[in-house]
Amino acid sequence: MKLTKTLLASTALTVASGVALADGHMASEMTIVSWGGAYSNSQQKAYHDPYMADTGITIINDESSPEAVAKLRAMNEAGNITWDLVDVEAADAIRLCDEGLAMEIDHDEVLAAAPDGTSASDDFGDTIASDCFIPQIVFSTTFGYRTDMVPEGVEPPTSACDVFEIEKYPGKRALNKRPIANMEWALLCDGVAYEDVYDVLETEEGQAQAFAKLDTIKDETIWWSAGAETPQLLADGEIFMGSTFNGRLFSVIAEQGQPVGMAWDWQMFDLDGWVVPTGLSDERLARVMDYLKFATDTQRLADQAKYISYGPARASSAPLVGQHAELGIDMAPHMPTDPNNAENTFVNNYEWWADYRDDLDAKFQAWLAQ
Amino acid sequence: MADITDQSGPMLAADGRPLKSSLNRALRRQKLRALALIAPLLIFIMVTFIAPIADMLFRSVENQIVSDTLPRTTETLADWDADSGEIPPPEVFEALYTDIFVAQERKLHTRLGSRLNYELSGVSSLFRKSGRRVDDIGEVYQDQFEDLDDFWKDSETWNALMGSDDWNAAQIQWDEGSDDPQPPFEPREEITGLLPQTAEIFQIFADFVQREDEDNLADEDPWELVYSALYTDLIQTPDLSGYGGPGSAELLVAMSAVPDFETVDHAAAFEDIDEDWHSIEVWQTIQTYSPDFTSGYFLNAVDMKKSPDGPEMRPDDEQIYIKLFIRTLIMSLAITGSCILLGYPVAWILANLPARTANLLMILVLLPFWTSLLVRTSAWKVMLQQQGVVNDTLVWLGLVADDSRLALINNQTGTIIAMTHILLPFMILPLYSVMKTIPPSYLRAAKSLGATNWTAFWRVYFPQSVPGIGAGSILVFILAIGYYITPELVGGTTGTFISNRIAYHISSSLNWGLAAALGTILLALVLGLYWAYDRIVGIDNVKLGG
Repeated sequence: MKLTKTLLASTALTVASGVALADGHMASEMTIVSWGGAYSNSQQKAYHDPYMADTGITIINDESSPEAVAKLRAMNEAGNITWDLVDVEAADAIRLCDEGLAMEIDHDEVLAAAPDGTSASDDFGDTIASDCFIPQIVFSTTFGYRTDMVPEGVEPPTSACDVFEIEKYPGKRALNKRPIANMEWALLCDGVAYEDVYDVLETEEGQAQAFAKLDTIKDETIWWSAGAETPQLLADGEIFMGSTFNGRLFSVIAEQGQPVGMAWDWQMFDLDGWVVPTGLSDERLARVMDYLKFATDTQRLADQAKYISYGPARASSAPLVGQHAELGIDMAPHMPTDPNNAENTFVNNYEWWADYRDDLDAKFQAWLAQ
Repeated sequence: MADITDQSGPMLAADGRPLKSSLNRALRRQKLRALALIAPLLIFIMVTFIAPIADMLFRSVENQIVSDTLPRTTETLADWDADSGEIPPPEVFEALYTDIFVAQERKLHTRLGSRLNYELSGVSSLFRKSGRRVDDIGEVYQDQFEDLDDFWKDSETWNALMGSDDWNAAQIQWDEGSDDPQPPFEPREEITGLLPQTAEIFQIFADFVQREDEDNLADEDPWELVYSALYTDLIQTPDLSGYGGPGSAELLVAMSAVPDFETVDHAAAFEDIDEDWHSIEVWQTIQTYSPDFTSGYFLNAVDMKKSPDGPEMRPDDEQIYIKLFIRTLIMSLAITGSCILLGYPVAWILANLPARTANLLMILVLLPFWTSLLVRTSAWKVMLQQQGVVNDTLVWLGLVADDSRLALINNQTGTIIAMTHILLPFMILPLYSVMKTIPPSYLRAAKSLGATNWTAFWRVYFPQSVPGIGAGSILVFILAIGYYITPELVGGTTGTFISNRIAYHISSSLNWGLAAALGTILLALVLGLYWAYDRIVGIDNVKLGG
């Protein structure tokens, strides 16, 4: 009896607070979709926890980002959007925008300006890859190698191109099981100038050239489809060198202390950020916009870098990047955007890939199967 | 005898009706009752299983998106001869302008671009770019009309001209803040007769503003496209003398002015946006994919493509699906075979041990069955990799040299080993339940009649266990042929199945039509094999239990 009363009372309280929280016609609950693992954790600590403490709302995490495009399309067809905010890569944001599944955003209106008054769109600059995309971090696909497997008397690898140096650095490799990034590296390391890579890749001969270069290491390569595979393969000593997201390598090196080094040169820059699904009700939309303004301001983006080694997408956040929250090491040298690491970088051309993805993927898969 | 031949009419039941129809009726009632009993399950399966799958499979032929998004273009393009070597006539470009303008307002053009990009690379960016710049084409006319008279600048005067008096009155009275719906736009009949194109476009514009954007039509300036349509109507000098409604004077002025207007060459304007609009290939693709249904996805699923001369094979370096289908079948057979080899002795032991021991062993068989699939697959990775448990043991035993460790994973071997392990219970359980029903006395009888152990097993025991093998094989084979997650994780590049490509097209490339076509073929393949199995072995010989 007493228990029932307590339960009833607390329910009433919750309801009351729920009503009180829905101030300004904002929803008191939101579902945020992200990648899971260390990455979601960094968002939880840098964005979700402070926002929930400020407003008292509930944020539900959903780790569906890898299938976000397909699921959003299905939700849209079913007419029932259950997500409020989705974390996707820039290329997916472009496709969602193209399909009308993500909302176009007026960046200056929705997002906070930098502390010095620079408008949001200037502060984010080129990272705004699509009208629907609210950038969050710059990450890169780059190479890690086993320091204890470098042959004696040989300089350790420094560049993505070293992956093709099979005689200098014997051992297995790990590469992503899709054409993006691999094709560019193949051409670049075969002597094509950086500016010409996509022009060459458009031609049949260019594609043949890239495949020929990849052929030289095909037998030695394990092809991964999840970002966690390369760190595992490196830790097990299965491979000498492999590509993955730089944050994953950071955790292998700094957090797990594995004998792994990084070859930063020609890292492939990519962006990750938020999109808002179309078709949200007014209350939910108001809540999402309120959250976005909070979670993408200069300080918040810099805070995220305390937990994971991805560079904040705002120019104004870079000087605020500090130390790792638990390890206490400086994060700046581990950022893909750090000048020492970013001497030679490759910027992924999303627009180009949007056009050639299907075509090249068919060829790439046929090449793999041969 | 004579009596019987006299009564050759239908045999009657007790109530005087013919026995045959009476029996039929009783049977029908019984069938209906049976149907009513299974109805809940049937409806459930129809709604949650059959209907969604049918809907998904239907996408493999569906192609309305082209004619829905470009209705005018596909209509005018139908007469164009692709073999002429010339780009389509100007009407097609005018129609294209209208279609793309409407599509980009409704944000449909990029979706169509992605659809056509499956057939021809570069179309996606062509549509995206055109959507961004199509506004510019109509501005030429808009500016000239607006320079002529402020009348053409204002949404209010446009509404007065294009809408009926009743609607105008209702729209003015409507309170935007209230919950009442916005009065739907009604065209003015005289104007619809005099300016047909303008009326048509304005109607589309009004519907879009009111229904899709849910904005107040009174506040929205007409699209540039409306001005283009007005120009097209006025240049044909309609007889405006009978019209005395709002804007009649301005219309007359405009009509006398339009012959001097600067005109737009739509074909040139589109070439200016992107020269690909003057490429025959692009137009050929649009024309080929104009019909509402297409065989394109199915052709793609068997490594073929549409061409002006009918279906043809894709270039060698793009052929992948037939190879994958064959690989999926062969590997599923291999997995089924190894399941039989490994499962048969286990099932035999289980069936012949005393109940207590058998139950304990049964738990050992079922334990992996209850463990998460991902955990089991990941465990195989640890076991099979080159620095893994199996290779380490072999090296320690000296069977394999340290520098030539076996490649047991990320290839077909890995897939076969891991999937055999995962599917083994599906073979053991039906085998066990069939073997359990074979009386041990048969074997003893055979031996007492002089058979050797082998003869007794092969001639007496084995034939009775065949129905179990049949049931287990069907289960394992059909499960294997559609397996996805294990080949993805341990298959590398040579050990993946067709289902991995289907998953890729569903979740990554978003080419759902192709995924549906591949899925349909896979389904047909399984049904075909099932039919063949029934013909050869006989489905009656399959037993899942005693």
